[in-house]
Amino acid sequence: MAFRMNEYDEFAVEEAVRLKEKLGGEPDVTVLSIGPDRVGEVIKKALAMGCDRGVHVRDPESTSRDPWQIASMIAAFAKDKDFDLVFTGMQSQDRGSAQVGPLVAEILGLPCVTTVVAFEWADGLVTLRRELEGGLRAGFRLRCPAVLTCQLGLNTPRYPTLPNIMKAKKKEITLLQPGELGLPAALAVTKAFRAPERKGSGLILEGDVASLVDRVIALLKEKTAVLR
Amino acid sequence: MKALLIGECRGGQVLDATWELFGYAAQACAEPLLFMVGTKEAVAGAGVRVLLADASKQGEYNPEAHKLLILEAIRRESPDQIVFMHSSYGWDLAPRVAAALGVAQSSEVIGIAEGGFELCACNAKMRRTVVPTTAKIVVTLQGGAFQGQKPAGSTEIQDLDVEASSRLEFLGYEEPEKKDVNLATAEIIVSAGRGVGKKDNVQIIEALAKALGGELGASRPVVDSGWVAQSHQVGTTGQTVAPKLYVACGISGAIQHLAGMRKSEFILAINKDKDAPIGEVADVLVVADLLQFVPALTAKLGR
Repeated sequence: MAFRMNEYDEFAVEEAVRLKEKLGGEPDVTVLSIGPDRVGEVIKKALAMGCDRGVHVRDPESTSRDPWQIASMIAAFAKDKDFDLVFTGMQSQDRGSAQVGPLVAEILGLPCVTTVVAFEWADGLVTLRRELEGGLRAGFRLRCPAVLTCQLGLNTPRYPTLPNIMKAKKKEITLLQPGELGLPAALAVTKAFRAPERKGSGLILEGDVASLVDRVIALLKEKTAVLR
Repeated sequence: MKALLIGECRGGQVLDATWELFGYAAQACAEPLLFMVGTKEAVAGAGVRVLLADASKQGEYNPEAHKLLILEAIRRESPDQIVFMHSSYGWDLAPRVAAALGVAQSSEVIGIAEGGFELCACNAKMRRTVVPTTAKIVVTLQGGAFQGQKPAGSTEIQDLDVEASSRLEFLGYEEPEKKDVNLATAEIIVSAGRGVGKKDNVQIIEALAKALGGELGASRPVVDSGWVAQSHQVGTTGQTVAPKLYVACGISGAIQHLAGMRKSEFILAINKDKDAPIGEVADVLVVADLLQFVPALTAKLGR
């Protein structure tokens, strides 16, 4: 199995780096990830995309943590750092809870906008659009500090260039243990993890293209009213 | 067991998905109570007891105020569960309420399991059973996972109000680009997914749609890449569809896509990966390279 950066987080990293570039490199961008040793690679990628420093909360048990535990650790780290903005993905691809960003905001007492698809900064005032259903968007304005959760399509995440990958090797990655961030007890536990049952009638067709085409046309004629 | 169901009102109308909360409550054997920030007109025929906050005062989307309103409703009613749809409104608001209460939240629930909930994981490739450890719980429901069920009791509206300021300034809604296609009423939809590989290949999918007399649909990554206009997007952030025939070409089946098309009468999926989650809802999964199979199918249909 190959592991890579959560897709939603790529948009979060990209937006933070773009803001840094727009403001002449002045903002200091920290990337934080909680997980086993392998998330070190994800942190290195974010550093190669343009983040200034990394924080790796080394937690081999991260996949069994609930969103409350993950958010509590992030908030504990951010609490006394005076970040103007915290960018997160709107959800993870593996858990998809969409809870961590708003929970971090609640713990820190910061305003939060989720599902951000457009972002503009003007001297501490942020103008945003968030995505609703059916392509509808809603506009917001707020003053920093704030937590924003990023939706796909917010920008086009860059691929790190070779020189930037080399440069990233010199950037600092701080290692922390969950205990140092006051890991709380879980509020929910995962009791089972399994592959889903397939729909009873689901049919899997394999073979050469010509015979597949014939079988599919026969099935559509038999099972649907759309082919005459 | 008592469930506070958080309904949604947009542009003065109750969203249809709100009735799915009642389908859940029935399955969970919970006494339902509807909370809504909306108007008296919108909930006039709700058929259930409603705690109503005034949208003209509190705004239809103002999570900081809505959180306080929901907390006030919880204080009054002491529900065991607070249930939202896993929508742009629900996934935004639910964690704020859960954090304020210090209770567990189960997100995008697809079913009720012994002592807990069934959830999707890993982009719908896996299932998880999660058991909350707190007495009160917050839940968000996957769209389409529970049947919409309009309550048939008597409507009783009780006003709810709090004084709330907000650090978010709402600037208004922005309508999507004009729809050149209405997928909701289409009988046949042929959709392109990331598996089409590049923009030029979308025409292969369009040709099949034309040969079948259907409309072109698309998954989110294809729209984000600019290969197909947003008006063609199927899924929770696009359109929810239920055609007679849905053909998914190169769509792996992310949760958000499945939620938008799983009610289709007949689903034909074409995918290289036999284990793609789209197979879970497909009536027929053709394991093939769509760049070979789709043109061959189009050619045969054209004859």
